[in-house]
Amino acid sequence: MTHQFPALTSEQKKALSDIAQQIVASGKGILAADESVGTMGNRLQRINVENTEENRRAFREILFTSDASINQSIGGVILFHETLYQKDSTGKPFTTLIKEKGIVVGIKLDKGTAPLAGTNGESTIQGLDGLAERCAQYKKDGVDFGKWRAVLKITSTTPSQLAIEENARALARYASICQQHGLVPIVEPEILPDGDHDLQRCQYVTEKVLAAVYKALNDHHVYLEGTLLKPNMVMAGHSCPKKYTPQDVAVATVTTLLRTVPAAVPGICFLSGGQSEEEASVNLNAMNQLPVAKPWKLTFSYGRALQASALAAWVGKSENKKAAQEAFRKRAQINSLACRGQYVTSGKTDAAATQSLFTASYTY
Amino acid sequence: MTHQYPALTAEQKKELSDIALRIVAPGKGILAADESVGHMAKRLNQIGVENTEENRRLYRQILFSADSRVKKCIGGVIFFHETMYQKADDGTPFVQMIKDKGIVVGIKVDKGVVPLAGTDGETTTQGLDGLSERCAQYKKDGADFAKWRCVLKISENTPSALAIMENANVLARYASICQQNGIVPIVEPEILPDGDHDLKRCQYVTEKVLAAVYKALSDHHVYLEGTLLKPNMVTPGHSCPTKYSPEEIAMATVTALRRTVPPAVPGVTFLSGGQSEEEASINLNAINTCPLVRPWALTFSYGRALQASALSAWRGQPDNAIAATEEFVKRAEVNGLAALGKYEGSGDDSGAAGQSLYVANHAY
Repeated sequence: MTHQFPALTSEQKKALSDIAQQIVASGKGILAADESVGTMGNRLQRINVENTEENRRAFREILFTSDASINQSIGGVILFHETLYQKDSTGKPFTTLIKEKGIVVGIKLDKGTAPLAGTNGESTIQGLDGLAERCAQYKKDGVDFGKWRAVLKITSTTPSQLAIEENARALARYASICQQHGLVPIVEPEILPDGDHDLQRCQYVTEKVLAAVYKALNDHHVYLEGTLLKPNMVMAGHSCPKKYTPQDVAVATVTTLLRTVPAAVPGICFLSGGQSEEEASVNLNAMNQLPVAKPWKLTFSYGRALQASALAAWVGKSENKKAAQEAFRKRAQINSLACRGQYVTSGKTDAAATQSLFTASYTY
Repeated sequence: MTHQYPALTAEQKKELSDIALRIVAPGKGILAADESVGHMAKRLNQIGVENTEENRRLYRQILFSADSRVKKCIGGVIFFHETMYQKADDGTPFVQMIKDKGIVVGIKVDKGVVPLAGTDGETTTQGLDGLSERCAQYKKDGADFAKWRCVLKISENTPSALAIMENANVLARYASICQQNGIVPIVEPEILPDGDHDLKRCQYVTEKVLAAVYKALSDHHVYLEGTLLKPNMVTPGHSCPTKYSPEEIAMATVTALRRTVPPAVPGVTFLSGGQSEEEASINLNAINTCPLVRPWALTFSYGRALQASALSAWRGQPDNAIAATEEFVKRAEVNGLAALGKYEGSGDDSGAAGQSLYVANHAY
C-alpha cells in the first residue's frame, strides 16, 4: 500500500468520466436490453412468440428504431453479444442506430453464475478469462460501457461472508479490466428479492454488500468517477407479509446508499428486479423526491420494467410495431420524469404496467 | 453477515446524530485543547513557561474565557482528562464554562501509540481496556464526544497493510464502544506530514487508509451519521521540494474524501498537523470553495493552528491573559469563515481570486 503505480493516465480517466456522465445525464437512464438467449426465451414465451434469432432481432429492432427523441430519456443501452452484431431490416447495424441518437452502447460482459461449493446454494460469477481481449474488441466495435451482474440472496444463513467477499472481488477485477480498455464498468451486486425478509433486513444486507464492493474497488485501484453502480432498491422480500410504501422504500434505499457509496460515483442506476413497470417508476420517483442531499444521480437501468408493455403490444406481429414503440416511449419518458422526482401518477395504469414481473429466483 | 442485531436503538441514533450535527453546524469547528501533559510541556517550553498543573490550568482558562463571539465559530472543544476536572479562578468547572456557551464537550480517550513489532517503526494505538466504563463516566461528567488518534507515516515501505488494517480496526472498536455510551466518536487516522513525498503520494495513501477505515467501521456496525472524521489534509511531505497552491491541496483533499468517505458522515474536521495558523485557515477556505460536490461539512479541529498566537501572546504573564484570549478568538473567527469558504486571507491576496485558480478538469 505504499507506492502508487497509476492504473490510468489523466486522458484515460477523463474519457471514462465523460462516458459515465453522458450515460446518466440529467433525466436519462439505461435500457437494459441484454437478455441472454435463454432469458429472452422466457420473455417471448409469455407473449407466445417463438424464441428464434429473427424474433429476438425483430423485437430489438422495434426498440432501437424508436424516434431519436428517445435520447431525452435514454442515455445508454446494454446489449447482449448477439445483438451487438445484428442489423435492422434496412441492413443498418444496431450500434449505428443507437449511437446516431447520441446514446451510449454497452455490453453484458459476465458469463453467468457458478456455484460456490460449501455454501447454501450461493454463487459467484464467471467471465474473467480473456476479458481484456474481449473488452478491447468490443471497444473497437462501438461499445463504451460494460455490465457484470453478481447475485446474492437473503435467507436465514445467506449471504455468507464468502459470497459477499468473492462477488465483490470478481466485480472489482471486472471493473479494473474494463477501465484498462476504455469501457466504463457498471457494477451490479444484485441481492435477489426472493424471500420473506422485511425491509430492515434487506437494508442491513445491502449495506454490508455495498461496503464490501467499494472496499474491493478501492483495493483494485478502480477509478470511481469512471464507474456506475447498478444495485437493487432496498425492499422487503417478495413473500414478506408486511407491505411498505414507496416512501419507505425510498428512505431505506437512499439511507443505505449514503452510508456506502462514495460521492465520487457519478450515478446509481437501479435494477428493477421483478417490480412491475409502474412500481419501478414510482419507487424511483419517491427517491428523487426525498428532501435529502444526494451527491450521485439516481436513475434507472431497467429491463423488464421498460419493456413489458412494449412486448405485450407487439405479441410478435410486425403490424404492432408503432404501438410497441409508443408503449416503450411512454415508459421511458415516465422513468425520465421519475429521475427528476417529477412523475405524477395518473389514477389508472394499464394491466401490463402493473403486472408483477417477478419470476422466482431470477437468473440470466 | 446475515442477520442484524441492532447495535443502537432509534433514540440512541438520534441522540448521536444530533450531537454530531451540533458540533459541525455551518461555520463551526472544533478547538482541540486535549494536549497531554507531555505534549503541553513542549508548548509551554517554547514560551519559557514551566509545565505545572497550575500553568496548564491557567492556560486553558485563557482559551475558555473567550466571550460569546466564539459561540458562532466553535462547535466543540476536546479536553484532556486532567482538564475535564479543573476549574476557573472563580470555581466554575471548565466543562460548565464550555457548555454555558452552547459548545459541546469532548474528551481524548486514547492512551497513546505502541509499536507494531515486525514493521518499519509503525504503531497502533492503545486505550481499549475498560473504555466502555470510562466513556460512561465521561458522559456523566459532561462529555458528548470523544477523540482517538491513530498515526501512520509515509516512507519507502510504509504504511504497511498491517498498519493500515490494525489502526482501522482499533478505530472501529473505539467508535463502537463510544456509541454504546452515547458518545460521538471522532475517528482520527492521521498520516504524518513527515517526509519528502509529493502531493500525489499523500493522496494515494490517504485514499487507501480511509477506504480501510470505512470498511472497518461498516464491519463493526458503527452508525456513521453519529460519527465525525478527523483526517489530515492531503499535502506534500514537509521536505518535498515541490510547492503546491492551496487550490491544489484542496482538490487533492476533496477528491480523496469523495472517493472514500460515505455521504452519511455529517462532518470532516481536519487536523492542522504542523501547518501554521494562516496556512491551516487558507487551506480550509480553499477546500470550502473547491468546485466539486461536497456532501459533508468540511471544517477544522485545530490545536496548534488555533492556539499558537494565544500562547506567544500569553508567555505565562497574567497581564497578558486578555490579549491572549483575544488572539484565540481572532483565529477562531477566521477559521469559522474558512469553514464557510468566506475567508479572504490576511495578506493582499483576496480569497475571491482563489476560485479562479482551480484548474478545470484536472484529473486526480
